[in-house]
Amino acid sequence: MPRARRRRTGGRIALTVFTGVVFAFLMLPLLVVFPISVSSAPYLQFPPPGFSWQWYQRYLDDPTWIESTIRSFKVAFLCTALSMALGVPLSFALVRSRLRGMRIADRLVAAPIIVPTIIISIAVYSLFAQLRLIGEWYGIAIAHTILALPFVVILVSAGLRTFDEAQEHAAMGLGASWPVAVWRITLPQLRPSLVSAAFLAFVTSFDELVIAMFLSGASMTLPKKMFDNILLEIDPTIAAVSVLQILLACLCLGLATIFGRGALPSSVTR
Amino acid sequence: MDLTVRGVVRRFGPVTALAGVDLTVAEGELLTILGPSGSGKTTLLKVVAGFEIPDEGTVRLGSEDVTLAPPRQRDVGMVFQNYALFPHLTVAQNVAFPLEMRRMPKPERDRRVAEALALVELAGYEARLPRQLSGGQQQRVALARAIVFNPRLLLLDEPFGALDRKLRESMQLEVRRLQRRLKLTTLFITHDQEEALILSDRVAVMNAGRIEQVGTPGDVYARPATRFVADFVGESNLLEGRASGDAAAEVPGLGRIALARAAGAAGDRTTLLLRPEALRVGAEAAALPNRAHGRIVETVFLGLSVKLRLRLDGGLELLARLPLRPSEPLPAAEGETVPLGFAPEDVHVVGG
Amino acid sequence: MSSVAEARAAPSRARPDPERARERTLLLLAAPALLVLGVLFVWPLLRLLSMSVADGTLAQFEKAALDSLYIAVLWDSMEIALFVTAICLVLAYPVSLWLVQAGRLGFILGMFFLLLPFWTSVLVRTYAWMVLLGRSGVINRMLRDWGLIEAPLPLLHNLTGVLIGMVHVLLPYMVFPIYAALLRIDPDLKRAAEGLGAPAWRVFLRVTLPLSLPGVFAGCALVFVISLGFFITPALLGGGRVIMIAMLIEQQVREFLDWPFAAALATVLLAATLVIYAALGRLTGGQAHAAR
Repeated sequence: MPRARRRRTGGRIALTVFTGVVFAFLMLPLLVVFPISVSSAPYLQFPPPGFSWQWYQRYLDDPTWIESTIRSFKVAFLCTALSMALGVPLSFALVRSRLRGMRIADRLVAAPIIVPTIIISIAVYSLFAQLRLIGEWYGIAIAHTILALPFVVILVSAGLRTFDEAQEHAAMGLGASWPVAVWRITLPQLRPSLVSAAFLAFVTSFDELVIAMFLSGASMTLPKKMFDNILLEIDPTIAAVSVLQILLACLCLGLATIFGRGALPSSVTR
Repeated sequence: MDLTVRGVVRRFGPVTALAGVDLTVAEGELLTILGPSGSGKTTLLKVVAGFEIPDEGTVRLGSEDVTLAPPRQRDVGMVFQNYALFPHLTVAQNVAFPLEMRRMPKPERDRRVAEALALVELAGYEARLPRQLSGGQQQRVALARAIVFNPRLLLLDEPFGALDRKLRESMQLEVRRLQRRLKLTTLFITHDQEEALILSDRVAVMNAGRIEQVGTPGDVYARPATRFVADFVGESNLLEGRASGDAAAEVPGLGRIALARAAGAAGDRTTLLLRPEALRVGAEAAALPNRAHGRIVETVFLGLSVKLRLRLDGGLELLARLPLRPSEPLPAAEGETVPLGFAPEDVHVVGG
Repeated sequence: MSSVAEARAAPSRARPDPERARERTLLLLAAPALLVLGVLFVWPLLRLLSMSVADGTLAQFEKAALDSLYIAVLWDSMEIALFVTAICLVLAYPVSLWLVQAGRLGFILGMFFLLLPFWTSVLVRTYAWMVLLGRSGVINRMLRDWGLIEAPLPLLHNLTGVLIGMVHVLLPYMVFPIYAALLRIDPDLKRAAEGLGAPAWRVFLRVTLPLSLPGVFAGCALVFVISLGFFITPALLGGGRVIMIAMLIEQQVREFLDWPFAAALATVLLAATLVIYAALGRLTGGQAHAAR
């Protein structure tokens, strides 16, 4: 891009160096867990004295780790399904309705991003305690839906706003009912937004700790299990689990970039 | 199939978009709705297509009342302003869409798609995506998609607006040719009066939610029913005056003007239309019954003709359009005063 | 149409209005999500807030206001949020500027560096910082091995650690709005200013910076507000020495089961969050809530 051509090279180099340092700061914690996770030392030691898969082995052999991992996957899948099923229709309403109340609804949907998670957590906890939903994996998924919904709505609305509604009219004029027009014409073109939204919802739920802390009871999700282990002992098993989670994030991000619209930054502002 | 619109009214809050529209399009006819933006022509189109339900009145296709029918049950083919092609579907899939919605078996569907594409000269483009086509080709796809299911009515919503002039003209002729060949009843919406005059069997001029006049292009041009039509269709000199009872009128600035027939009872207000090409300038003016002198204040060259703006002594301004032949020089230059004249037969009494 | 017989046959002459039918359909589409939000978000929240005044008095708020501990924690939380916001801004602005000017490869690389941490669990990242910053952590070990320090630096279980961890989590929230604002600036404006002979730094001060302010405010609002309610990172990296208000709330619920008092603290935190967000949101022209 020719925009910066005439900028003084000195300033440009300083900017690049600064940015490089910030990027290094961002990547540093993600990278450091890799060597720790394959360390042969029984405690944190850097650099690792030798190579070993033992911490991965320990993770795989421990049924509580595996159980919590499976539980987290179940929670995240259900949360993704729920937040898509609720968020996609809601996005249509928010983008297309001219009712005044929709602007309030718009604010309401975005609210869970800024309302502190701890407040949402204890509020839902006190409700779920009465409903005897504590310890149920689907209870966590339902609660996570509140957190994932804003991301789904923001991404899908952004996609929907750039869609030309005349195409739906054309389809209806050509013999389609409105649901068929949406299914055959609108949704296929929204696919990138939908894919990104689904992955973001999945990751949001899979990584969530605070709500899970209150709602999971004895049947822990992976983040809750990790949190407890960190408090008890920092052993490299956690590093191994961390590496697996980073790889999962990589996978989700990669898939969202290839099949979606990269999860950002087109939707940074509406 | 013929289209009949009766007494259609559509209000949006305090705004009346359609104030009682009556219209009939005969089978196989191409009728153009011509009007400025805000005249209600788009609302009328939506009412006919089924995207709007009128507050009053009926819409009939043949003998069937479709006033309340949803778009998908009307069997109306429509070409949208920006074509509204489905960008994620190929040309063939786009054209097959209406057939698929009608649950036509695949072999027949394929045959009809091929036919339609051949008709718009796009055979061989089946697998392309719309974005891989030129503007003119996209329009042909939109047209093929609108006619492939043998619609009872074809609607064209300003379909040529996005094309450049040359392409527009060839597409207009092509649409006209196709429409005649398939004998499609067609309602064409435009704000471009030139386009309307070229393409239509009949033109309906709309203004402020009403149809002001329906007639052949020649009719509408030569014998406008209202002042609005006279002004909107083509260029015009509109002269305000009073009828004198006999075949003449008094026009301030021009004096007494001879007409072909009476413009009303003596003293009635009247509006007279004189098309610029009917106004003679220079020597030929001398033999005509209506004469005056005017100073040329502006000369605009338009290729085959030249347009003159002339100011008369009283301050009245008239437009004249003269054919331009290379062998004949212009009768006069800007700033000169020249004789003007026009025949009584060339003056049309608006609304008369 | 207007014949008497027809009017009688159809007593209700009101015809279906597609516009109203459309609004009805859209409302129907919104209903399930709004219902779920109402039952799982608005209702529990109101219930929680009402617990703070369940006894009909403001005693819980008095308790919070009179105890210097709670005032101090609230104040500390604000201070930490302010620090985090300031550091994020200082780091994020140049990065955003670089991103706007970067070529295609640089942009993809930069987005990867920003998005991968963003998509990685906060807990994983916090754990990694514990590994890095501890007394015998990676950083202290390496500095000592290289002979740069004698005794380990206190990086963990104090404010430094908390700030590092929080900035790491919140930096993307600052970069994206600023980047978006910078992207919206018409490059012709800058070219015009340069064409008029302004040096690069003046173009920046007079054109780029003022036009990017909405993004800056949006980012600051978001980062400050999210920081204020932070829980995991200060709990793990603060080592009990840095207390934020979210941790107090959690403690009241889990250890003391003092719901009314927890509710009062939650009310204070929520009120502070909304007020600050609304105030900063005003500066951005209402873009902040759409960040991300």
